[in-house]
Parts: sequence; structure tokens; C-alpha cells
Amino acid sequence: MSKVLVIAEHDGNKLNASTAKCVACASGIPDSEIHVVIFASAGEKLAADAAGLASVDKVMYVDNSSNEHALAAVLAPQIVSLAGDYTHIFGPSTTFGKDLMPRVAALLDVNQISDVMEVIGSHSFKRPIYAGNAILTVEAPEGTAVVATVRTASYRAVGNGGAAPVEQITVSADLPQHTRFVSLQAGKSDRPDLQTASKVVSGGRALASSENFEIIFRLAEALGAGVGASRAAVDAGYVPNELQVGQTGKIIAPDLYIAIGISGAIQHLTGIKDAGTIVAINKDADAPIFDVADIGLVGDLFKIIPELEKAIRS
Amino acid sequence: MEKILVGLKRVVDYNVRVRVKSDGSGVDTDGVKMSINPFDEIALEEALRIRERGEAKEVIVVSIGTSEAQQQLRTGLAMGADRAILVESTTAVDPLTSAKMFLKLIEKENPDLVILGKQAIDNDNIQTGQMLAALWGRPQATFASELVFDGNRAKVTREVDIGLETIEIDLPAVITADLRLNEPRYVKLPDIMKAKKKPLEQISAADLAVATVNALVESAYEPPQQRQKGIMVSDVPELVAALKDKGLV
Ligand SMILES: Cc1cc2nc3c(=O)[nH]c(=O)nc-3n(C[C@H](O)[C@H](O)[C@H](O)COP(=O)(O)OP(=O)(O)OC[C@H]3O[C@@H](n4cnc5c(N)ncnc54)[C@H](O)[C@@H]3O)c2cc1C
Repeated sequence: MSKVLVIAEHDGNKLNASTAKCVACASGIPDSEIHVVIFASAGEKLAADAAGLASVDKVMYVDNSSNEHALAAVLAPQIVSLAGDYTHIFGPSTTFGKDLMPRVAALLDVNQISDVMEVIGSHSFKRPIYAGNAILTVEAPEGTAVVATVRTASYRAVGNGGAAPVEQITVSADLPQHTRFVSLQAGKSDRPDLQTASKVVSGGRALASSENFEIIFRLAEALGAGVGASRAAVDAGYVPNELQVGQTGKIIAPDLYIAIGISGAIQHLTGIKDAGTIVAINKDADAPIFDVADIGLVGDLFKIIPELEKAIRS
Repeated sequence: MEKILVGLKRVVDYNVRVRVKSDGSGVDTDGVKMSINPFDEIALEEALRIRERGEAKEVIVVSIGTSEAQQQLRTGLAMGADRAILVESTTAVDPLTSAKMFLKLIEKENPDLVILGKQAIDNDNIQTGQMLAALWGRPQATFASELVFDGNRAKVTREVDIGLETIEIDLPAVITADLRLNEPRYVKLPDIMKAKKKPLEQISAADLAVATVNALVESAYEPPQQRQKGIMVSDVPELVAALKDKGLV
């Protein structure tokens, strides 16, 4: 019997979809009991939302003003104090979980399994390495907690319909003062979220300016899609960093991904391997993106995109 | 600041398309180009800029790896690091053990700052910096894209999923470098010559007396599922028709 503790990710108001995906991964562990814990300044409503997730057996929340902004150095000792008899501690492979979970693992003196993409058994998992060019099976030792991050693109969020009991708890842990939140500059939220959108339109270096990138936003709007970008487009300042897709950006799995003026470097492709349908629009017929595209169109994006937007709107 | 410690890992160059060996025992790294992990190069560049601004005195590059990692350390010295330490290990070292080895070096060197890359592009673990900060009991600022120092504190801007987060940390601390922190300099030939004279200390991993515990067993490697090349369409109406066919518009 396994007991899994899932660390919820949220923004203070809403659970991040990554939480339901971690639960989905945890439910793949044979014979497992799944608990979710929320660290917040006021976590009652978040806890109620988590309690409604399918497969969850129990929800705990820890209210503390120190938990208003997620700081790994502050959260890690609290998680360690709860670790007790949990066989597994899971967090999402988002920047929240990537920052936090290794700190937890080190305090528990265990290695972490990063980016779990498949559960084979309670102590056996698959994960991508080398930008997804190889899949590694790893076995975690028995008798110590398995600390892991879950590759969210590999899982569909569990649905609702759960009715887990909720408990407010307190933890006794020394919380450090050496790390302080200052500010958060969040991207626009009037578009579908890149990480959960069912359709994503991405632009690359070929867009050549942030003004030109507007045609990507307009096409995305016509499709009801989220917007992404290659590293080159972000580095050049056409769009902000949170839009980067790839090995070192976001790993996504939309039903439809349209890559426009993106060459298809390995690091970019890593981010879209699990997309349903990939469409590539590029003026270079030999661009590597066409090797993985389900539908390819060779041509000048500045002609094609306005035409495509019009066709979709009509 | 007196000292900054920077980690440099020797990894397969990012341009190499890595393949799994046909017997599934690992990935084929025979004869492929090896380089400094790109994020570590960014970490080093940042440390050098801090020193060049007069905010630190010494930059020490550290690599844990085989004796061949001397190449990467020499490159780091050529970029401008003052001295290098190679912790020599003939076998791969996992993140937890690496963090413990770094901690041993910290105890010896007492740096004010440790800068590592946010991830190594071979195992993509994204763990060592956070683990080191945890074991050291010090702040961590991961995925950094901007650093500003103010005496004993640093303001660090971090690339997070929803945008940019700024945190303030007390030093000493561990920072991990993201892509947009800076653009590393190119090494010039005279610097390569000069680097040959800079000190490179070699210690064996065994001398650090760090035991590997709770190791993960890597039981199998397999190639990923390949996506198949699909169809080519010749114009927008055909594209829209193909998307309609799949029920995507
Ligand atoms: C450590 C590391 C991590 C990285 N992580 C990432 C990552 O997470 N995500 C990522 O995306 N990249 C990443 N990269 C960068 C990656 O290697 C590529 O450099 C990058 O993806 C290239 O972006 P691009 O395709 O937009 O630009 P380019 O490679 O320059 O491609 C531009 C494309 O646009 C086409 N084009 C030009 N004009 C037009 C036009 N008018 N109409 C149609 N097509 C046109 C060209 O034919 C070309 O194929 C990383 C690199 C490193 C070293």
C-alpha cells in the first residue's frame, strides 16, 4: 500500500491545473491513497476545490501568512515535517515544483525523480533525458520516500466528482527569513493559458519584431488558441519569457499546435512532442519542423497568416 | 564579495542529436562533441561580470566529473575564471551526491555566492542547485534572469511560468542561471594560452568522503516514440480543409 502526498500548486485563488495532473499520475501508483496538501495564507477554498478532485482521499491545508507566496526555502521544511509515513511526495514539473521539490528531496536525503512521464510500479518510473531524445526507466530505492516531479504534459487532469475530507492542520517547522518575496510581473491573462490551452499558435524568429508578432496573436484569437514562441523570439524580445515553448520553456500537449516561422530545433520540439496535431508553416521546405509536422505548408508567413486568419473567421 | 563558486559540467554539446544505444544500455556518447553545459557557461559569465564590476574578487570554477572535464575547466579559465577545481570521479555522480560534494568545497572555500546552471542538458534533472541550498541551509534563487546586489543581499528576477518573479535573498546563497541572464563571451586565443598557466587543482571524489545514498537505479534506456512526417498542403484553403477534416477548426 502506498501513501502519496501531492503538493498543490495555486495562485492564492485557484488551483493550478498541474495539481489535478499530479493526482492523475499518483493514481497510477498501484493501491495508493492520495492526500493533497495546500500551503497558503488562506487555503480553505482551495482545499475545498482539491477535495472535489477525483481520486483524492484527503486534503490538508496549512494557513500561514508566510505561505502567501510560494518560496521553496519556506515551503520545504513544512513539507518535510509532514513527510512522516508517506511513501511518495509528488509535485508538478512546473517552475513551482522544479524549484521546490529538490529542496524537499535533499532535506530527506533522497534523490528526486524529475519529470515522471509514466508510472511502471510503485518504485519504477519512466522519464525523458537529453531533451527527450532518450527515455530512461529509473528504480527508486524502497524504504525511503520517493520524491518526484510529474511531467504535466504526460497526464490528463483528473475530473471532479470527488468528496474527500478536508482538514486544517498546523505544522511545526522553523521557517527561514533569508528569502523574501518582492514582486511578480505576470503576463496577460486574457488569453487561454499556454499550459492548458487545447490549441496553441507559436511564432519564431521569422516574425522579426514584436509589432509583426501581432499577426500571431490575431490568428490565436480567431482560433481561441493560446500563444507560444520559440526561444529565439523570446530572446529577441518579441514576446515575454513565459511564452517560451521547449526544453527550457514550457512542455505542452495541446490538441493543435501551429508552429509559424519556427525551424524545429531539438530544444523546441521537446516542448511539443505530445501535441495532437502539429501544423508547420515555414518558407524553407527543408526546415526540420516538417519532419514532425502532421500538416505542412511551405510559404511566406506574412502572406499565409492573414489569409488563414480570414479563412478561420469566415 | 570575496569569492564566487561556479559549477561547470561537461555534457554532450547541445547541437548533437543524442541516440540510445541499440542494446538499451545507455546513450551513445562515443566520439561526440562535449562542451560546457550551456547554462553553466551563463553562470560563469555572470560571475565574471560581477567580478569585473568590482563586486567580487575571485571566481572559482568547479567540475565534478572524469579527468576529461579538465578541458571544460580550461575553457572556463580562458573565459576569465581565476582558478579551477576538478573533483575527479570515474563514474557518474547523481545530483544529491554532487550537492554534498559542492557543500564540502563550500566548507573549505567559504564563498559568498554559488552560481550553477539551472539544469544540465544531459539528464535534465534541475536539482543540484536547490539540493545544495537545502543542505547548506541557505537561500536559493533558481531560474535567474537578472541579479542586483546590495551589500549582503541580492535581488533576483526569476523566470517563472506566469512571468517574472523578483525575490530578495541574503548572502551567501545559491543562484541558478536561466538562459536570459546574459550572453556568454567568446574565448579569445590569447586567453586560452593564459589559461594554461592558471591553477587547476585536482582532487579525487573519494577524498571528499561523501557517500552516495539512496541512489536511483537506471534500469533501461529506450528511444522516444517518433512522430511521423505527415502531409504537405499547398495553400491556405487546403490547410483549412485538412484542419476541418480533423475537427480542429
Ligand atoms: C540550452 C539551450 C536551450 C534551449 N531551449 C530552447 C527552448 O526551450 N525553446 C526553443 O524554442 N528553443 C530553445 N533553444 C534554442 C534552439 O536551439 C533554437 O535556436 C531556437 O528554437 C530557434 O528558434 P526559431 O526556430 O524561432 O529560429 P530559427 O532557427 O532562426 O528559425 C526561423 C525559421 O523561420 C523561417 N522563416 C524565416 N522567414 C520566414 C517567413 N517570412 N515565412 C515563413 N518562415 C520563415 C526560417 O526558414 C526558419 O526555419 C535552446 C538552445 C539551447 C542551447
